[in-house]
Amino acid sequence: MSRDLTGAREVLDGDDVARALTRIAHEVVERNKGATDLVLLGIPKRGVPLAHRLAQRISAVEGIEVPVGALDVTMYRDDLRLRPARALEHTEIPPGGVDDRIVVLVDDVLFSGRTIRAALTALEDIGRPRAVRLVVLVDRGHRQLPIRADHVGKNIPTSLAESVKVRLTESDGHDGVLLDKPAREQREPAETAASEVQP
Amino acid sequence: MIRHLLSAGDLSLDDATLVLDTADEMARLTEGRAVKKLPTLRGRTVVNLFFEDSTRTRTSFELAAKRLSADVVNFSAKGSSLSKGESLKDTALTLEAMGADGVVVRHSASGAPYRLATSGWINACVVNAGDGTHEHPTQALLDAFTMRRHLGELAGKRIVIVGDVLHSRVARSNVLLLATLGAKVTLVAPPTLLPKGVDHWPCGVSYDLDDALAGADAVMMLRVQSERMSAAFFPSAREYSRRYGLDSRRQSLMPPEALVLHPGPMNRGMEITAEVADSARSVIVEQVTNGVYVRMAVLYLMLAGTNTTEEA
Amino acid sequence: MTPILIQNARVLGGDPQDILIDDGVIAGLGAGLGKDGATTIDAAGLIALPGLVDLHTHLREPGREDAETVETGTLAAARGGFTAVHAMANTDPVADTAGVVEQVWRLGREAGHADVRPVGAVTVGLKGERLAELGAMAESAAGVRVFSDDGLCVHDAQLMRRALEYVKAFDGVIAQHAQEPRLTEGAQMNEGELSGRLGLRGWPSVAEEAIVARDVLLAAHVGSRVHICHLSTKGSVEIVRLAKERGLPVTAEVTPHHLLLTDELVAGYDPRYKVNPPLRTADDVAALREALADGTIDIVATDHAPHPVEAKDCEWDAAAFGMLGLETALSVVQHTMVDTGLLDWAGVADRLSFAPARIGRCDTGGVPHGRPVAVGEPANLALVDPSTTTTIDPSTSASLSRNTPYEGMKLPGTVVATFLRGRPTHQAHQITGGTAGGNT
Repeated sequence: MSRDLTGAREVLDGDDVARALTRIAHEVVERNKGATDLVLLGIPKRGVPLAHRLAQRISAVEGIEVPVGALDVTMYRDDLRLRPARALEHTEIPPGGVDDRIVVLVDDVLFSGRTIRAALTALEDIGRPRAVRLVVLVDRGHRQLPIRADHVGKNIPTSLAESVKVRLTESDGHDGVLLDKPAREQREPAETAASEVQP
Repeated sequence: MIRHLLSAGDLSLDDATLVLDTADEMARLTEGRAVKKLPTLRGRTVVNLFFEDSTRTRTSFELAAKRLSADVVNFSAKGSSLSKGESLKDTALTLEAMGADGVVVRHSASGAPYRLATSGWINACVVNAGDGTHEHPTQALLDAFTMRRHLGELAGKRIVIVGDVLHSRVARSNVLLLATLGAKVTLVAPPTLLPKGVDHWPCGVSYDLDDALAGADAVMMLRVQSERMSAAFFPSAREYSRRYGLDSRRQSLMPPEALVLHPGPMNRGMEITAEVADSARSVIVEQVTNGVYVRMAVLYLMLAGTNTTEEA
Repeated sequence: MTPILIQNARVLGGDPQDILIDDGVIAGLGAGLGKDGATTIDAAGLIALPGLVDLHTHLREPGREDAETVETGTLAAARGGFTAVHAMANTDPVADTAGVVEQVWRLGREAGHADVRPVGAVTVGLKGERLAELGAMAESAAGVRVFSDDGLCVHDAQLMRRALEYVKAFDGVIAQHAQEPRLTEGAQMNEGELSGRLGLRGWPSVAEEAIVARDVLLAAHVGSRVHICHLSTKGSVEIVRLAKERGLPVTAEVTPHHLLLTDELVAGYDPRYKVNPPLRTADDVAALREALADGTIDIVATDHAPHPVEAKDCEWDAAAFGMLGLETALSVVQHTMVDTGLLDWAGVADRLSFAPARIGRCDTGGVPHGRPVAVGEPANLALVDPSTTTTIDPSTSASLSRNTPYEGMKLPGTVVATFLRGRPTHQAHQITGGTAGGNT
């Protein structure tokens, strides 16, 4: 299946997603020289299940439990005033906290970079990690801030008019990444960044 | 989300649930963490416009706004516009000129927040922090939030509200909100302290406290002001507390896990004994803590996003 | 003055007739009248009514000339089809002496838009403590016959009894503002389900009905007549109906707003709807209409109560009680009573002209009002076009104040012209059609 009913093109299927996550898990462990001191924080919504999957894979490799949590960045966004106030997602910091840990932020799509900027600020109010790394399933380009991912599932060159939709079993029933070209006029990435992960 | 919070009755089930869920997150975001402040309302101005003294409500709103990094201005205009010079309208125009984004208003006149919200004097969002004997929606939200934390979802829960319903804005807001959330509310008061038409409210009414307490999941005691006595609403404080006060004997009529709430300030010995107020089932102090979370949630939902007038 | 020939007017809603006005009186009435040199008015489709008489008007002068003056209030009256208004006594100073009532009466004469009949206060300073000099006011140039502490109730039963007795000497009448004060302390709106919900102090029906009942019994006891101001409840209607069945000497009025508006309007806390007695329920409104139709309620009186902007541009509790009424009264009556089939135009003439003039005892004497539309009678007339519909716009009011509750409402009927003793005091537009001589 390469196109869904809406005409979106599938750029990653379920197997691709699984393989990308397995590779990233290994990369994270390799970079960290083990799983010690790692804390994975998923950015809601779809970053959270991705963080859990990564943690499972890392545990399977390293044989130790990796703390996983969720970091909602809504309250730290710089585009709050552009839209009606939205419901907050759960923030769940693992009991050990983040002080002096290696925090790995996990998100589904890296676009403008503003979500990650917000996550870094949010993290500041929670504690002082030794280092912060970033994992994304898809990097679609069009950065507006000097931010890059440490580990990327797949780089997908896109036009601004296109949207990237990540589907995960936990929230959507199946895994996959779709590239969609809506018939609407081009929008600023700042406005579309959140809507494409919460269609 | 609604643009102004004037009545608890304005909140749909979805809105009310959104506020309570958001308050949950606010609690999660601020409890036990290094920096309790969130940058969300940076650059927004919240005015606490208090025409009536209420240190606890004002402080709660002030803390909520400050935790969200809003600029907070306390505008205390003691006494009504009648007794002291400046009218509500002129005060509103002043606040508008100062660029207020949100106005939290407490007023002795029922409906004053409606006038602020609907008269065209200001563009700011208006939050009713208690108007006359009408409503106090954020109090009802914090009460519901507190009960929900202990009892789970409130649908089907039996909640007894006792005391001066006639003059109580807390009771009005609670009845409306709890009805929206699906709880079963019973009001208990002497007939003189129940408003006409209370039989049309979405709740039950009883004159017998003992009877109502059996099977209650929570009981909320309302403050009874002693000046009601001189106006012949009841014969004496002693008779009132004998018939409608919550003491240990009455507390024992309730299921052991039933909660005791009071919006404060309490008249210990009048509507509630010290023993009950300080008992393990009393969540009165927790209500105060939760007030900040609920007000953070309200301010966030009303002020963080697009202002409808900016959209236009 | 040039004679005026009103052609094809439906007098009291009857068949078209011509009305010839000459020298301030009705000089001719009938079909096909002609008069050389007369100014003609084509009144085809218009209703001719006797000039309306308001038994309950607040002109605010002296004291509150920022809200209304005799000049502007009577101008509003003329626009509403009124040729006489009774000016309530709650001015500053209170109209409780011959001096004040004569001043108001004189101001009315000078303004010339409508005759002003001052109402005297029952008690000194409206304080409800001792009788004002009722006899002196009756004998003054103002010839006061109606006495009222309106705005406040003469609640002391003994004082009320004395007042009722005392005015018999000069055929006066006490117009009671029926409001038991203890039951209405701090009252803000009709007591009912809505007041409970809105947290506004209730004004219970019983506070009116208790005084109405007491006063009809007192009036019967002392053999004097009593007039009940602005009756607002179904219960009051029942008491007055029972009293009349027993032949007791009671008359009663209802305001236009109580015939149309209900307490539901208070829900938004807009003080334009704040009035005393308060707007009641739909049930009360229905009872009031029925009572006005069957004569239990004798008259419509406006309780025209102008207030400056700041008195309404505030929170509900702080706002003043009262609504404008003179310019919209007839439209509201047409809407609620005529268009609903409850009252015909002859009935309207009775409830807004003949009966109030009788109660106020201004149907006789040198400048009588509320007289039949007949040859030889003073030419006090209102011409009404019942076919129009107007959206009420406060900014066009002749009153100094803007506190109409009807803003934005569509109401039927227009007062096209008003004549006070043959002189046009109001013309909606240029209606005189040139000089008669030949055919129409």
